[in-house]
Amino acid sequence: MSGERYTKDHEYVRLEGQGDDEVAVVGVTDYAQAQLGDIVFIELPEPGARVDKGGQLATIESVKAASEVYSPISGEIISANDALDDEPGSVNEDPLGRGWLAKLRIVDATELEGLMDENAYRAFVESL
Amino acid sequence: MLDHANHPAAPETFSGDRGLDHEEPLLFEIGRADVTGVDIAEPEPFASRLGALERKGPIGLPGLTEPEAVRHYIRLSRKNYSIDAGLYPLGSCTMKHNPRLGEKMARLDGFADIHPLQPQSTARGALALMEELSRFLLALTNMSAVALSPKAGAHGELCGLMTIEAALRARGEARTRRTVLIPQSAHGTNPASAALLGFEVRAIPAGEDGIVHADAVAAALDDSVAAIMLTNPNTCGLFERDVVEIARLVHEAGGYFYCDGANFNAIAGVARPGDMGVDAMHLNLHKTFSTPHGGGGPGAGPVVLSARLARFAPVPFLLREGGELRLVEHANETQSLGRLTAFHGQMGMFVRALSYLLSHGGDGVAQASRDAVLAANYLRARLRDVMTQPFGDRICMHEALFDDSFLKGTGVTTLDFAKAMIDEGYHPMTIYFPLVVHGAMLIEPTESESKSSLDRFVSTLRALAESAKRGETERFTQAPRHAPRRRPDETAAARKPVLRWRG
Repeated sequence: MSGERYTKDHEYVRLEGQGDDEVAVVGVTDYAQAQLGDIVFIELPEPGARVDKGGQLATIESVKAASEVYSPISGEIISANDALDDEPGSVNEDPLGRGWLAKLRIVDATELEGLMDENAYRAFVESL
Repeated sequence: MLDHANHPAAPETFSGDRGLDHEEPLLFEIGRADVTGVDIAEPEPFASRLGALERKGPIGLPGLTEPEAVRHYIRLSRKNYSIDAGLYPLGSCTMKHNPRLGEKMARLDGFADIHPLQPQSTARGALALMEELSRFLLALTNMSAVALSPKAGAHGELCGLMTIEAALRARGEARTRRTVLIPQSAHGTNPASAALLGFEVRAIPAGEDGIVHADAVAAALDDSVAAIMLTNPNTCGLFERDVVEIARLVHEAGGYFYCDGANFNAIAGVARPGDMGVDAMHLNLHKTFSTPHGGGGPGAGPVVLSARLARFAPVPFLLREGGELRLVEHANETQSLGRLTAFHGQMGMFVRALSYLLSHGGDGVAQASRDAVLAANYLRARLRDVMTQPFGDRICMHEALFDDSFLKGTGVTTLDFAKAMIDEGYHPMTIYFPLVVHGAMLIEPTESESKSSLDRFVSTLRALAESAKRGETERFTQAPRHAPRRRPDETAAARKPVLRWRG
């Protein structure tokens, strides 16, 4: 699989690395950041924590509201993007890049199959 | 935080003030060390026992004459917007008029000057008033007991959930039932209250029509569920029609039904929560029974309880024994969950609330609820062709909810629209809440507004909506232009807050 996979709640997941080093990078989409407005604080998960697909992964606080981020996939948190503590605006500027939220070691790769690919997600956003 | 770079352009006056709208500096900026408003005699000679703790330098308080101090606060108060200044359509907040009668009653010496530690035998009138208020609250809700001590709505939620936890403990299920179901249409503090007590929050999605359906609750129920927290009418301003069935399902599964009473002003005197199967519900005296709201005074959030929960109510509570009223102060006399607050609650609010209830009577309370619902529906009906409703053209309860579809393509956001209302002399409605509605605008006029007041408000909102659609974007994106301050930089305020005066 290449590229990102998307949820209806506007999270993305992207696999990086190979074999034992394979990690799932998780964040929110450009559409999500635009809807949230300027992001001012992000509560990130603790490394080592386990999260289920659809479970709460992080909380994003923008000038408008505090919103939950749900994990697109089940797994163990390997690391969280601590740079966001000082620069939460990275999620606004580069959500798929510098604005990633957490890296997970996934348990069940088949969970990815239920997610949208880029074309399907783009069509989904346009339908909103 | 105010962004100092964002002040309005300097007004073209010599003084720097504009008309009678004064630019008011901080007390520390106008105070001088050589001036004072009080005349205190020099102390008699004394031996200091403070040692190294004795202050050496000046204390740094600003010196002002009495007129300067008075003017400072009067000028600040004139920048305030309150229900006494104008329509306050803040949805979900019930900003209703505070009758002056309540203020007069609360200032009676016998109520204003009592102390919670004075002997109960010398405060019999106060206890009788609390009993009378309790009687009203129980009659309006058809419940068994009331805990008067909680100090606000969210505190009432905490009290209600603690009562439920105490009941579960008595059943031996406090460790296994750790889940609280909270619909998306519930009041925002509900999940926070549940989390504070260590409950897991399980969200229940609202239906397409904005209300919670019994089958969605049924699907979420299991033997880990301690309670459901439902707001009725909900934060979309809609009555939860499945409420009786939801209560039945929750009870059948061994859980309790907490109802958030924040929106009781829509149904008081018309429908009784006890008849809906509610086990615990807080009543915001400041919302429903006209005691001052927010900065206007301390809150009060008494919690009414069903027969199943009554014996777990917190102390102190009133007990009538052989014609004598007394406050039960100690939990060991009962199965009470214990003490939630130092004393019995907000006496001044009890006086105002009872004053409201006695002056309205049962029929008057029902009339107020009906008028509140009528006012909201009048706004909804007068605005529905220029603004958009998220759940179709349906009768609402005490608040009218709009989304931002009508602003699509205009470049104007809900926030801009709200800011433009400030220029028009109105406090904006609640925006971006409830979260389930895109760009939500929640308008609650309450029963306080006359038809002419509502008409004026409607014509302003219609004019704004039409202006946005005509593409007059600047009116919105630049707003407020006529307020003492323009827009603060909310992002910088949150990311780089300046929390101290002079760094």
